[in-house]
Amino acid sequence: MSFLVNLALGLLFGIGLVVSGMADPAKVLNFLDFSGTWDPSLAFVMGGAVVVTFLGYRLVLKRPAPVAAERFHLPTARGIDERVVIGPAIFGFGWGLSGFCPGPALTSLGIGAPGTLVFVPAMLVGMWAARLAVARFRVAYPD
Amino acid sequence: MTEFTPWASLTGGALIGLSAVLLMAWEGRIAGISGIAGRLLPPWTDEATPSRLGFVIGLVAAPLAWFVATGSPVVQTVSSNLPLMAAAGLLVGFGSTWGNGCTSGHGVCGLARLSPRSVMATAVFMAAAVLTVLVVRHLM
Repeated sequence: MSFLVNLALGLLFGIGLVVSGMADPAKVLNFLDFSGTWDPSLAFVMGGAVVVTFLGYRLVLKRPAPVAAERFHLPTARGIDERVVIGPAIFGFGWGLSGFCPGPALTSLGIGAPGTLVFVPAMLVGMWAARLAVARFRVAYPD
Repeated sequence: MTEFTPWASLTGGALIGLSAVLLMAWEGRIAGISGIAGRLLPPWTDEATPSRLGFVIGLVAAPLAWFVATGSPVVQTVSSNLPLMAAAGLLVGFGSTWGNGCTSGHGVCGLARLSPRSVMATAVFMAAAVLTVLVVRHLM
């Protein structure tokens, strides 16, 4: 059941990426290019998503528990540490090179562009390496 | 050159937000794609693997569903510089997992929770990406 619900929610998320134009790396790169062909669309995507999520979370998190789990799994880490500086810096570098972040890259997989077919396996290797490194060096890894 | 699409982008963003809210309502998890995809890889530490697999299959199926529903294919321009895309993929995968989130986990869900860590992460990846595009497009 949770598999099917998640499939529907993944589909909704992916349709959101398609409708918003974020499945096109060119649109993302043009947002990041202030001194060139600037396309502000990405700010509207994030704005729409953050407002809906902010309002929705306020309603949902008032409930004692989610529908299909015993408790809400919210991140427990507090305060700024190197994890939220170094990680995002590396991620942003790759994002600026390609125009892909993880969601749009996965959504683009079936469209089958050669660049995507190279990017996604490399991304999964990078994720796996980071997970192993986190486990190896016992860095705090909250859910 | 890409066309500025405020309404479509706002609508698409709202759908992404709706997905994030419903995922929290259903099983109480953050809709962060790097976390969902990264935890599909071993070691598996909880019993949410089938859920994550479902979410990723849905994400991947979205362009096909869109095409079937509307008859219009998803138009995109992806770099065909394959060594660059391989390097970028490694950086995105490693960095987003090391940083505990990407554009969705930090940039949408984290900002919506007013999390200081997510505000920091979002500011850093935005700045790094803007700087990278500036160097690649205008200074190289």
